[in-house]
Amino acid sequence: MIVAGCDVGSLTSKAVIMKDGKIIESMIIKSKAKPGDSADEVMRQAVSRAGLTMEDISYCVGTGYGRDRISFVNEALTEIACHGRGAQWLIPSARTVIDIGGQDCKAMRLDEKGNMVKFTANDKCASGTGRFLEVMARVLHVELSDLGQMSSTSKSPINLASACTVWAQADVIQHLNNGVPVADIAAGINSAMAARMSIIVNNIGFERDVVMTGGVAKNSGVVSALEKLLGLRIKRVTKSDPQLAGAIGAALYAQDKSKGGNA
Amino acid sequence: MITAGCDVGSLTAKAVIMQNNEIMASAVSLAKRSPEESAREVMDMAIKTAALTMKDLAYCVGTGYGRKHVSFVNSIESEITCHARGAVWQAPTVRTVIDIGGQDAKAISVDESGAVTRFIYNDKCASGTGRFLEIIAEALEIRLDDLGDISSKSTKRITLSNQCVVFAETEIISLVNDGAEIPDIIHALHNAVANRAAALAKSIAVGGDVVMTGGVARNTGMFESLKNAMGVNLIRVKNPQINGAIGAALMAMDSLTGGETTAASRKEEVPA
Repeated sequence: MIVAGCDVGSLTSKAVIMKDGKIIESMIIKSKAKPGDSADEVMRQAVSRAGLTMEDISYCVGTGYGRDRISFVNEALTEIACHGRGAQWLIPSARTVIDIGGQDCKAMRLDEKGNMVKFTANDKCASGTGRFLEVMARVLHVELSDLGQMSSTSKSPINLASACTVWAQADVIQHLNNGVPVADIAAGINSAMAARMSIIVNNIGFERDVVMTGGVAKNSGVVSALEKLLGLRIKRVTKSDPQLAGAIGAALYAQDKSKGGNA
Repeated sequence: MITAGCDVGSLTAKAVIMQNNEIMASAVSLAKRSPEESAREVMDMAIKTAALTMKDLAYCVGTGYGRKHVSFVNSIESEITCHARGAVWQAPTVRTVIDIGGQDAKAISVDESGAVTRFIYNDKCASGTGRFLEIIAEALEIRLDDLGDISSKSTKRITLSNQCVVFAETEIISLVNDGAEIPDIIHALHNAVANRAAALAKSIAVGGDVVMTGGVARNTGMFESLKNAMGVNLIRVKNPQINGAIGAALMAMDSLTGGETTAASRKEEVPA
């Protein structure tokens, strides 16, 4: 039985195809102007790479901010539901999940069964969301995916005084003009990001194991800065790409549905 | 006795020269690389206009975010103090001052002498500051000075759903792509900034007449939006942008006379 999950985010869109509880194909693309187009494209690529056609997918669940505009899904579920489920599948011991999206930051607490028991999010302010890092990477003229590892080569990280993305951007430009090494600026950016995230996490009260999902989980600079701030080790996702958590959760719900079980 | 006030802001520098409780000359210039450079340039402009030299200035007070880096001033005062003083001098009935600057927004309660009784400011978040207007103007390739005229042509009400400048910029670009009219967008932008500034002002008790100062007050669209957001009679003063520098020049006079020049001696109030 083949099912799929499609997570249409503001920055990237993800698709996961599962067969008998295993991921057989996945795809991540940059989101297009229209959520419907992003969903069509990412699913088309995933299906074709798996050597399948859309007819082979017995059930498909959509999630993410663009979930209501996906034409091909059987059902749309909230990001919270899918991210919690996906995180728990990736790391069964997960009790606290921090998910950084392109324009939000979510923290949730799960019980042993993976049910969400507490939730908080920031989607009002760009600081602490993926957008903060995206803006900063652009200012530094580095790839977003390279920003994380730059922390490791920094000798004296800068301190970003402003939480606001707009003011921090001005600070970063000033540091660049003053000839501060880019690695030191990048390290300061990653630490500032972690500091904002820690506010949300402390707000909800965390319990071990703590897991990070979303694209920012791949930024080692942010992850280790957050570990320092929280005083614990964040469980690394190795089973699959942490950015796929939402799509995985969606696919798992699709599996429940196609089996006739309840989601 | 001639005194001067110099207000070095993040975007512009302002200078005012006063004699006998009257403005002799004033100048506004765009900020240079260093606050010192900005201050010197704007002060030179004002002095030239007044046909004076620096030696003619009995006392000069500096204010604004760059005030600590200006070498020629005799003393410095906080922006809050200067804005309060300037506002009550310009409009004696004023008890609440809302100043929207390039990098911050302030709300100040003042007494009849122009002394500060309470204040609050936001410099943590760019939303609700002049920077919001600047970023959107830049994105839409519109001159900051044209925003007021453009918003006056608005015919349809739009509300921005994002408060964060970064998210709002994306939202505005989407609105443009979806065919929304620029005047309607600018009007929505003014409302967004005004709502933030009004929320700040309302967090301290708003009493008496309210005045809007700072360069942003010259934007007529912003003025109207703030008036609506506050729901009170917003007073328009003649010189909103140089208000802080006026306050500084008055404080300079106080330093020499050892007292306050009476705020009530000046009545120049232009109701909106």
